[in-house]
Amino acid sequence: MPKRTDLRSILLIGSGPIVIGQGAEFDYSGTQAARALREEGYRVILVNSNPATIMTDPEVADRTYIEPVTAEWVEKIIAKERPDALLPTMGGQTGLNVAMELYRTGVLEKYGVELIGANERAIRVAEDRDEFAKAMRRIGLATPEGTTVTSVEEGLAGVERTGYPAILRPSFTLGGTGGGIAYNREEFEAMLRRGLEASPVGSVLVERSIIGWKEFELELMRDGADNVVIVCSIENIDPMGVHTGDSVTVAPAMTLSDREYQVMRDAACKIIREVGVEAGGCNVQFAVDPETGEQLVIEMNPRVSRSSALASKATGFPIARIGTKVAVGYRLDELPNDITRTTPASFEPVLDYVVVKIPRFAFEKFPAADPGLTTQMKSVGEVMAIGRTFKEAFQKGFRGLEIGRSGWVVGETLADDRLEDGAIESILAAIRKPTPERLFQVKRALLRDVPVETIADRTRIDPWFLHQLAELVEAEREFGREWSTGRSNGGPADGVERALIDRMKRMGFSDRQLADLAGITETEMRHRRQALGLRPGFKMVDTCAGEFPSKTPYLYSSYDEENEAEAKGDKTVIILGSGPNRIGQGVEFDYCCVRAAMAFREAGFRTVMVNSNPETVSTDFDMSDGLYFEPLTLEDVLEIVHLEKPLGVVVQFGGQTPLRLARGLEAEGVPILGTSPEAIDAAEDRGRFELLARELGVEQPRNGTALTLDDALAVATEIGYPVLIRPSYVLGGRAMQIVYDAESLAEFFGAAMRVAPGHPVLIDQFLEDAFEADVDAIADGQRCVIGGVMQHIEDAGIHSGDSACVMPPYLITEDQVAEMKEHTRRFALKLGVVGLMNVQYAVKNGRVYVLEVNPRASRTIPFVSKTTGVPLASLAARVMGGETLESLGVAEDVAHPYVSVKEAVFPFSKFPGVDLLLGPEMRSTGEVMGIADSFGMAFAKAQISVDGSLPLGGSIFVTVNDTDKPAVVAIARRFHEMGFRIKATEGTARYLRARGVPADRVLKVHEGRPNPVDLIVSGQIQLLLNTPLGKLTKRDDYILRRAALQHRVPYTTTMTAAAAACDAIIALRSRTGEVRPLQEWHEMTRAFMAESKA
Amino acid sequence: MNGRPAFVLLEDGTWYSGTTTHEAGPAFGEVVFTTNLTGYQETFTDPSYIGQIVVMTAPMIGNYGINNGDMESERPQVAGVVVRELARKHSNWRATGSLSGWLAEAGIPVIEGVDTRRLTRHIRERGAMRGLIGAGAGPTPELKAELLRSPSMEGLDLASKAGTREPYGETGGGKGPHVVAIDFGMKRNIVRMLALAGCRVTVVPCDTTPEAIRARKPDGLFLSNGPGDPGALGYAISNIRELAGAGLPTFGICLGHQLLGWAFGGHTVKMPYGHRGGNHPVKDLLSGRVLITSQNHGFAVAGSTTDGVLGGPDLEVTHLNLNDGTVEGIRHKSLPVFAVQYHPEAAPGPHDAFPHFQQFMDLMGA
Repeated sequence: MPKRTDLRSILLIGSGPIVIGQGAEFDYSGTQAARALREEGYRVILVNSNPATIMTDPEVADRTYIEPVTAEWVEKIIAKERPDALLPTMGGQTGLNVAMELYRTGVLEKYGVELIGANERAIRVAEDRDEFAKAMRRIGLATPEGTTVTSVEEGLAGVERTGYPAILRPSFTLGGTGGGIAYNREEFEAMLRRGLEASPVGSVLVERSIIGWKEFELELMRDGADNVVIVCSIENIDPMGVHTGDSVTVAPAMTLSDREYQVMRDAACKIIREVGVEAGGCNVQFAVDPETGEQLVIEMNPRVSRSSALASKATGFPIARIGTKVAVGYRLDELPNDITRTTPASFEPVLDYVVVKIPRFAFEKFPAADPGLTTQMKSVGEVMAIGRTFKEAFQKGFRGLEIGRSGWVVGETLADDRLEDGAIESILAAIRKPTPERLFQVKRALLRDVPVETIADRTRIDPWFLHQLAELVEAEREFGREWSTGRSNGGPADGVERALIDRMKRMGFSDRQLADLAGITETEMRHRRQALGLRPGFKMVDTCAGEFPSKTPYLYSSYDEENEAEAKGDKTVIILGSGPNRIGQGVEFDYCCVRAAMAFREAGFRTVMVNSNPETVSTDFDMSDGLYFEPLTLEDVLEIVHLEKPLGVVVQFGGQTPLRLARGLEAEGVPILGTSPEAIDAAEDRGRFELLARELGVEQPRNGTALTLDDALAVATEIGYPVLIRPSYVLGGRAMQIVYDAESLAEFFGAAMRVAPGHPVLIDQFLEDAFEADVDAIADGQRCVIGGVMQHIEDAGIHSGDSACVMPPYLITEDQVAEMKEHTRRFALKLGVVGLMNVQYAVKNGRVYVLEVNPRASRTIPFVSKTTGVPLASLAARVMGGETLESLGVAEDVAHPYVSVKEAVFPFSKFPGVDLLLGPEMRSTGEVMGIADSFGMAFAKAQISVDGSLPLGGSIFVTVNDTDKPAVVAIARRFHEMGFRIKATEGTARYLRARGVPADRVLKVHEGRPNPVDLIVSGQIQLLLNTPLGKLTKRDDYILRRAALQHRVPYTTTMTAAAAACDAIIALRSRTGEVRPLQEWHEMTRAFMAESKA
Repeated sequence: MNGRPAFVLLEDGTWYSGTTTHEAGPAFGEVVFTTNLTGYQETFTDPSYIGQIVVMTAPMIGNYGINNGDMESERPQVAGVVVRELARKHSNWRATGSLSGWLAEAGIPVIEGVDTRRLTRHIRERGAMRGLIGAGAGPTPELKAELLRSPSMEGLDLASKAGTREPYGETGGGKGPHVVAIDFGMKRNIVRMLALAGCRVTVVPCDTTPEAIRARKPDGLFLSNGPGDPGALGYAISNIRELAGAGLPTFGICLGHQLLGWAFGGHTVKMPYGHRGGNHPVKDLLSGRVLITSQNHGFAVAGSTTDGVLGGPDLEVTHLNLNDGTVEGIRHKSLPVFAVQYHPEAAPGPHDAFPHFQQFMDLMGA
């Protein structure tokens, strides 16, 4: 069965912005799918609202639509492009839901579009909890007892039968949004209401709790000839009750005997057939009773998922790629195994290594959020580590997590491990509740000689894993003892020391861990180890445990005997990736790394990628000439450098992660390509930067630094309040605060100090009501070209990553833009930037201030490139490789004749109890882009991409603080003129009426009912304009904003955003939104540039 | 926690260091690797592994201990075990003991800490060869010499030692067809699967004469798996030719498959490093379907899809290994006779090929 020739063009739906539960893994799958389809000669039409992705690069698809991923907008694309088929399985839950809606509303039938990969029935059976349970019964498989309910009353009746604790799973949501574990009736009712709201079909499955059972997952693939293979088994260390995305997981499964595994395999094969995934992948989750081995089927996803991304990277079997090929008709045995290239894809990968995945959380950004881990996913990223043994992989995973731990080590303080005191009872109480710190608490318990059985009883973690961990603790003790014995005898003999270190390295201990145990510095430990000839070998991920020769250098390190990797040629460039995704450092940096790798390769270099993040395109083995799946620590990178002997290492594309390694690499004599670490330091170091700005005549906000609170108070007094305080060397505005008085300065100074101990806290004059702008530029040391100037829509004081922004600027004068460009050029040339640079400016009262200069790839590079079609990251790589901008044909600053808006996406719905107000600390997880011929329409598209819709009529509720009252009048008037009813609390209503804008008064929350929250709940408010009112009504505001979020009422919390929303609604009311592919927009830019030249 | 130094020595002189926790050996055998991720207990008790030192490519072995249900014969059969890491502690609700304790009790040498991937890659490049597991920091010249004097797998009749010496099982009564199974080192799960399919099974020693078998009035003949070189089993081959050639419905697995090949004019060849694992894709040439199969063999029936079974014009190739194109299944063109090279009874491995037992039932008209 070769590929289908009756299909010509295929529509791919992307997953939209990165949110918790739906992350960068869908860039990996969408990109693989698009490439796989084009390889077969299909015309690929792609839609995704997320610009920070490789998949939305104009080269990846034939037609690339950065448009809202909603049924309404995708229909427009279908009407225009008339694809023959739609592949719905590559864009996560979003892709699946949109495809289902297009099916239900008859759009697919109307335009004759066929669903391939998974059909409507399969999606429905898998996604609808009731139908799924029925399907499982048909094939003799058990699911946890439960009932699907559509109302609170039904739910309460249902839980009577199944009992507490009860698991709630809303239908058709991703990452378990709105779900949870209820231990009593109160919790149950609250959770059920939330779940019913969260489910787009208003139904929730209430289930018998199987908390504490072992949890497993199988990844499968089926072709149209009914051949099924299991790609990978995954075992969760955290038992049932913790979302698999939040669990530490291991591949392959560690504690299943063959008999149990085959029962599971048989079940999975039956499930994919019964659900009816005709040609594609799926995953199935199982729970296993540790006492009896009873197996229950938990759920099945008829699409690629986060787990399939992990399984792909863990095995070398490219699930999205193969899934796409079978969707267009290929049989598995007609497709080659891309790693061995001699054997077929119809096989089951076997591993001769162990893979550990560890989630990364962002609770430090949401102090009010509950850090308890439940069935609703809360992590924002993950790291994957490969080792020859579980212990090795486990330790590599923790040091790759980049949370300041050199491996599986306890925190410096009890608080770091979320403990209030160090009593054994307290630790044992703490480990009952899963949190991100639980495994560190477990280590503390083991260090206190708590028996494994006790820990197993409290945590329900399988004793096998705990014994492994206990062996690590035991090894540390032995090492410490023997090292100090050696010391007291004048230092251990070389042979003894070698054996000592070797034994620890084989268990995955980092140099820093060993150095800490031995009481020496990391550098000293590294040099001793190397002098003893102890270096890791690199082994291949080859899908077949060495049974067949492999052609693909996909490598990991291990302290084992044989090394399979070798340096190749003298034109190797190593690109350091960005590690696990986190808030402030996400998929946009992976985009830059991938573009750079592709560009270096085009320029004739051999490219080697180093990264530890399985949810990425960069860790696809065919994106570079060599892939090292390794933690991004100095130790690990130095070993790769030692082996590869590269021309240079590239640190400027992967965000702060590689940048932090630059100095260390340089100190070991490793050449850094592009902008020198010295120049990077000159820009990052506050004192040096101030001198530089002064020398270049660029104005800065008044500023100073302080190491103590007294100093800080003095500096702030001199500068004048309000001031912005922040720690040195952080990304994403960690612990950044605007403080208005000495009291709050004292409150927040300590927090800022703790983030970067030993480094001064930076204190800046805060420019209230200023406009902010970002400039992205590229330089080759001789020349600097401006890639784009973006104006932030929110005022100064909101983190640039959280602010919407627009290109070109719309409220800054041309002179000011010209001034920024000029400053940028001067900075670039003065610093000797070779590669990318980002500068942030503020404009207040007509004056331009520079806020910061970052001589590296910025978060906005993909957005700018998608807007203009100029691939800045690729050009930067070429420049770093020695070419000049002139030779690359990039001489002019880029300009484009349309408008592009970027909007941020927040995880607030995942964190009950967290306020939605924006501030200087970044909290968004992703972004969307709207592109159109007017600001209003571009902003509208961006908003629709975030919220799904914008109201075209109805009521708007306005409640703003006194400062914002003058500004709100004009906005309210425009809404009134469009026919919206204006509702407001007393003060605002009176103010508006006095200025001729009719407004209905509504009671404040604390004044009585019905209040605005009631109106939101009952659907009487379509848009909320709220700015913080001050301390007294803080609680009111908070409740209001949370209510809007929960009931999906669009809201804005700044006046500038409100004005923009108003523009957007006017645009949407006056004409229907048009869709246009990037390829056409970029053609317009090229024509525009050519015209302005002529 | 740390064992004493030990090593694996191969006949080409390469050796691999590791440690061992219990004193045993030196143990000699053919060094082979299996890529099974699970099922070490079934593997080690599979009589087909007699005379072999088994390298597990999966690095973590012993995690779920051992239990009474996963025995494929009454004791571990392997000559020795090589692993990357042997679990100190196990965890499983069925476990009755630890793997290391069980192997120690049976006197089977086990070496851990070995770079099993390096060893596997070496065997892949140079082929399976004789080897030994020895104690100490490294091999002595005496030991090297002794290794070279040890028997080689080719031409070795191990089956006669592996199977039962006395007939056992069904002697009459019951409803299902009566199958006489010739035991060359049969795995227990084969008997279980035949019984599950509805057969009455009598297991007989591998040198049982055709007369004695006919005297049991079989409805079908089953030829089991087993260790060693099929070419060395001339007596069995002629017995099979006589019985199957006379039209008795016959089903062979693994060694049984190879013997059937011989019986109808074909022959077997020694493969460079064999197939051992649970992930081998086999194409059913009649249905076009791909089965993921459990495998354990070092010899293969010579032939291909284009040439059929070399020397066996009455046989037809029905199954093919998709990795290397070797013959995985044959049937007779006119007689009710078929065989597969892989293990439909699994244990360990996937169950995709379970239907062969029903196929045998159908052949017997049951």
